[in-house]
Amino acid sequence: MSILPDSYLTYARRHAGPDHDYYPASPIVDRAPLTLPRAALLGLWVVVPLEFFPLNPTGQPFKTPGAMQTPYPDLRHYTTRDYGNRVGAYRLLKLFGKLGLRATFAVQGAVAERYPGLVRDVLADGHNICAHGWDTDSLHHSGLSVDQENSFITRTLDALHSVSGTRPDGWISPARAEGFATPARLAANSIRWFADWAHDDLPTTFQTQEGILAALPLSNELDDWQILINYTRPEQEWAIQVRDAADWLLDEAKRLNSPRLLTLTLRPFVSGLPYRIKLIEEGLSGVLRRSDVSVVGPDDLLNLLSL
Amino acid sequence: MHSDPNLYDFWPYRDRPKITWPYNKKVAFWVAPNIEFYELDPPTNPSRKPWGRPHPDIVPYSARDWGNRVGHWRLMEVMDECDIRGSISLSVAMLDHHPEIIRACVDRNWEFFSHGIYNTRYSYNMSEAQERAVLEDSIRSVMDATGQRIRGYLAPALTHTERTLDLLAEYEFWYSCDLFQDDQPQPLKVKGGKRLISMPYSLEVNDVITYGIYQQSPRAYADTLMRHFDQLLEEGSETGTVMCIPLHAYLVGHPHRIGPFREALRYITSHRQDVWVTTAKEIAEFYLANHYEQSLADIARRGNFRPGTGFNPGQQGGL
Repeated sequence: MSILPDSYLTYARRHAGPDHDYYPASPIVDRAPLTLPRAALLGLWVVVPLEFFPLNPTGQPFKTPGAMQTPYPDLRHYTTRDYGNRVGAYRLLKLFGKLGLRATFAVQGAVAERYPGLVRDVLADGHNICAHGWDTDSLHHSGLSVDQENSFITRTLDALHSVSGTRPDGWISPARAEGFATPARLAANSIRWFADWAHDDLPTTFQTQEGILAALPLSNELDDWQILINYTRPEQEWAIQVRDAADWLLDEAKRLNSPRLLTLTLRPFVSGLPYRIKLIEEGLSGVLRRSDVSVVGPDDLLNLLSL
Repeated sequence: MHSDPNLYDFWPYRDRPKITWPYNKKVAFWVAPNIEFYELDPPTNPSRKPWGRPHPDIVPYSARDWGNRVGHWRLMEVMDECDIRGSISLSVAMLDHHPEIIRACVDRNWEFFSHGIYNTRYSYNMSEAQERAVLEDSIRSVMDATGQRIRGYLAPALTHTERTLDLLAEYEFWYSCDLFQDDQPQPLKVKGGKRLISMPYSLEVNDVITYGIYQQSPRAYADTLMRHFDQLLEEGSETGTVMCIPLHAYLVGHPHRIGPFREALRYITSHRQDVWVTTAKEIAEFYLANHYEQSLADIARRGNFRPGTGFNPGQQGGL
C-alpha cells in the first residue's frame, strides 16, 4: 500500500552545500587558521545559563528540558531549578573567581526581572552577559507570529538593559530552539551573535534576511545537561571527558597549526551542586593549567570573523 | 503481517563448517562510517516523525551537519592512521551536498553502499515503484559520481518494507546490513534465485547506541570495542567471524570521544596477523565465492531448511 505522494521522492534542495541558505559548506580542514588572544592554541569559552522554569508551564510547542514533570504544583522541580539561581550560581561565581575565569552568563528576561541582584553580582564579578530569551516556557518556534516573537526578544533585551545598563548584543534561545525566522528577527533587533546552532567548532557567519549574524560554537555533546542528566554519567566522567577533549584539541591545534575552541555549558542547578562543584573545578583547572590555553569571550570570538 | 520474517533459516552457532578468511585470518574486520544527510525540513511520512521538535529542530540538525563540516575529517584522519578503508553507509544525496567528502573517500579507495537518499526519507508506506526508484537512484548516482557499482544496502534510518530484501537481490546487491541475527554472514531467502547475504553490521557496538541508548562514556565505548574484538578473535580460531564498527562522525568525531576511540582502533589493528582489515564488499565477495554453498548445505543437513522466501513462507510448514 502506498500512501506517500510521489513528491516524497522529489528533492528540491539536493544540491551542493546545506539544504538552507544560512551558511555555505566549509570543511574545517580547509579554513585559514584563526588567531586567538595571547596567541593561544586553545580557547576556553564557558557559558552559564540563568533560567527561570515557571511552575505552570504551557509546554508548548514542546516541554523544555528541565521543565516541570509531576502534576501541579510540581514544587520538587520548581525548587531544584530555583536552587541554581540562589546557591548554584554563587558556587560557580566563587569558583570562577578562584580560577580567574571570565564566563558568559546567558540570562533570561524573567531572571533579570525577578532577581536583578543576581545579574548585578555576575556583572560585578566581571563576567559577560547575553540574552537567553524570556523564560524556559517562552520557546521560539515557527508557529509564533512576528509580533509574538519580537515581543519575546524585545521584552528580554529590555529587562536585561534595565538591570545592566547595556542592551545585550548576544543571544541564546531557550532550549536552543528557533523558528525558521528567528535568526532574521534577532538580527533585526540588533543582535550580533547567537549560539543556538551546533554546526561547527569555530565561529561562522550566518546569513539572514535582516543581515549577518555571527554563529558562535557551543558544544551540545559536552554540555553538563547532556552528559550528567541525559547520559546519566557521573561528574567524574564529565571531568575526564573535558580533559580528553582538551588533550585532543590542543594536539590537533598543534598538528594543523590551527587554534581550536573548547566550549562548555554549566548550569547552576546541575553543575553548582555540592557533590559536583569540586569535580567541575578539577575539569576546568585541568584545562586552564596547560600552556597555550586562554579563556575567551564573545568579543574575542567575534573578532575572529571579518564582520 | 507475519510473526516471523522467514528471511533466513535457524542455524545454531555450534559446529558450523569452518570459515577461513583470506591469508588464514580469523576475524574479518570492517568499519562503516555512516555519512548521512538529515534534512532541515523534510516531508512527512505518517509512520515516523523525522525530528522531535517542530521544524526546524536546530540542535540535532546542526549537530549532524557538524559531522559533515568537522567530525568527518577527524574520523578520516584516525582511520588513515590505522590504515583502514571505510565501507561507507551513504545517504546518496551526500554526493550532491558534500562532494568534497566524497572526493576524499574516493581518493582513499573506500567502498560506498547505499543508506537511502536521505536519512529523513523513510521506506515506510512506499509503493514498490517508489522503493525501486530509491534503489535505482542509489545505483546510478553512486556509479556516476564514483565509478563504483554499489553492492550493499542499509535501509535509510533502518526503515523497511516486506519487499526490501527481495528488491535488493533483484538489483544484484550482494549484501544487506539490515539484520542483526548473527556474527557471521548467512544466505538470505529472497525471490528470484539471486544470491543475497546478510552482512554482520552491529547495533551493539554502534556509536549511536552505545553513547545515546546505553549511555556509555567514550572510554567505556573503547573498552567495549576491545572486549567485543577479543571475543570474536578467540572464537575466530574455530570459524571465521565478522566484526563491524558502525560509526557516525557527528558522534564519535567529538574531541572528548575520538581519542579513546582511536585507542580501540589501534588495539584492533595491532592484531593484523589474525585480522583481515577489509571492506564489506570484499567480505561478501569472498563469502559468496567460498562459503555460501557450504552454509546452505549445512543448514539443510541439520534439517533446518525452510521453504519459501522472506514474508512468503512455503507450504510445507516450518521447523
